[in-house]
Amino acid sequence: MEERQVGTFNVKAGLAEMLKGGVIMDVTTPEQAVIAEKAGAVSVMALERVPADIRAAGGVARMADPHIIKSIQQSVSIPVMAKVRIGHFVEAQVLEALEVDYIDESEVLTPADEQYHIDKWTFKIPFVCGARDLGEALRRIAEGAAMLRTKGEPGTGNVVEAVRHLRAVNAQVRQLVNTPDNELPDLAKELRAPLEIVRKVKELGRLPVVNFSAGGIASPADAALMMQLGADGIFVGSGVFKSKNPEAFARAIVRATLHYNDPKVIAEVSENIGEAMPGIEMATLTQADRMQDRGI
Amino acid sequence: MAVNIGVLAIQGDVREHKNHLAQVGANPVEVRTLEDLSQVQGLIIPGGESTTIAMLMAEEGLIDQIQRRVWDEQFPVYGTCAGLILLSKDVIGSSPARLGLMDIVANRNAYGRQLASFETSLRIPALGDGPDFPAVFIRAPQIVRYGPEVIPLATFEGQVVMAEQGSLLTSAFHPEMSGDVRIHGYFVDKVRKILQV
Repeated sequence: MEERQVGTFNVKAGLAEMLKGGVIMDVTTPEQAVIAEKAGAVSVMALERVPADIRAAGGVARMADPHIIKSIQQSVSIPVMAKVRIGHFVEAQVLEALEVDYIDESEVLTPADEQYHIDKWTFKIPFVCGARDLGEALRRIAEGAAMLRTKGEPGTGNVVEAVRHLRAVNAQVRQLVNTPDNELPDLAKELRAPLEIVRKVKELGRLPVVNFSAGGIASPADAALMMQLGADGIFVGSGVFKSKNPEAFARAIVRATLHYNDPKVIAEVSENIGEAMPGIEMATLTQADRMQDRGI
Repeated sequence: MAVNIGVLAIQGDVREHKNHLAQVGANPVEVRTLEDLSQVQGLIIPGGESTTIAMLMAEEGLIDQIQRRVWDEQFPVYGTCAGLILLSKDVIGSSPARLGLMDIVANRNAYGRQLASFETSLRIPALGDGPDFPAVFIRAPQIVRYGPEVIPLATFEGQVVMAEQGSLLTSAFHPEMSGDVRIHGYFVDKVRKILQV
C-alpha cells in the first residue's frame, strides 16, 4: 500500500536522530546561516537576536520576523529551526505555516503562558524543548516534544549551568533505570511525569528522544565537555557570532564536537581562533535574569 | 564467521545501525579514521546531514580510501539518505564533496522540508516473500536518473528509492528506524558473498 503518513512521532523524532553528533547554530541573517552551513553545522536556528543581545535589550522577546526566517530558509539546504514563546501556540502555527523544520519552544523568549506549554501533539512540525532535570524533560515529552535540550543559562557564555543540567538529567535517568518496577508509580509522581513515559525510560535505559546540550557553550572545549558528559549534540547560541572570529569559531566548535574524545584535535582546533564571547558570572544574575527558570 | 561491518560514525543515526547489524550476526564497528576503516569488510553510511558528513570524511582522508577500496577489491558500501547523496555520481543543485561511486543522479530534499517527511511501507522483492518493509523518509533525497548498471530494488510513487550496483547498495529511506532488520541482513549477505565466506 503506497501511502504517505506525515507528521508521525517517528518522523518528528527521526529528524532529531539525524542531527546527532552535530552542532546547531543560532543565526540572525542569511550571511550568518551560510557561514554556519559552510562550517559544518547540521542545522541553524533562525532568530532576530542571539540570546546575549536579547539579554542586553531587555523587554519582551518574541518570535522572529517571518521575513528573517524565510530569507534564512532560502540561503541554506540544512534544516532551519525557529523559536516561539513558551505556550504561544499561535506563534507555532505561524512557524508551521512557514514550514520551518523544527520549532524550539524556548525560555530564551519571554513566556506567553505561565501554566501551559504548547500541546505539541496537534502540530505536524516537530518541537524541541528545554529541561533542567528529568521531570521537566519527561513532562515536555508528554506534551509531544520530539527532541530535548538541557537548558543551561542562555546568552552567558558560561557553561556551568549546562553542565549542571546535563549531569542532573543523566543522574536521574540512571536512578530511574535502577528503580524496581513496583516503585515506578511513586517515582513518576515525584517527577510529575506520566508513568507510561517513566516506564519507557526504564525499558530503553535512556531518554526516548534525542537530548542536546544548550545554554552557555562558548568554546570548542565547552562543546567537547558536553559531548563527553553524554550530550547527543550541541546548540551554540551566542557563542559563535558573539566571538571575535565567527568563521573560525564555528569550524572549531564543529570539529571539537565530532572529535570530542580526542584532546589533540581539540587543542589543534582551539589554536588562534581569537577571543570567545564575553562571559557572565552566574552570581551577578538576578532572579529575573535567569531564563532557565521559565517554563518548568 | 562474523564479519566486521563499519558504520561511519561522524554524525547521524550511528547507534541504530550498529544495533541492527548486531541483530543480523555482524560485528558492528564505528569508523571515524583510516585505521578504523582498515578493520572492516563493509561500510554503512548512515543518514545525517550530507554536507557535514562529507566535509569531515574529506578531512580524514576517508573519501579517497573508500573509493580506492571499492575500485580495487569490490568493497561493499551501503548508503542511506545522506549516504545516498554521498554515493551518487551527480547531485542536482549545490552538492557536497562525495564518493561519486554509483551511476545515479540524486536530488537533495526532493520531497520538501520536514513537513513533508513521511513513513510508508514498501514492497521489496529482493527481501523475499515477507511483509512490506516499514520505510521512514526524513527530508529524503530522490534518485532522479540511473545508469544501465544500476538495479532498482524498490520504488515509491514511481520513483526508485532503493537500488544496487555491484558492491554498492543505497536507499533514500532509513531502514534503521524500524525494528525490521531484513535490509541489514541483505547487506551483510552481500558482504559475505563478495568475501566468499
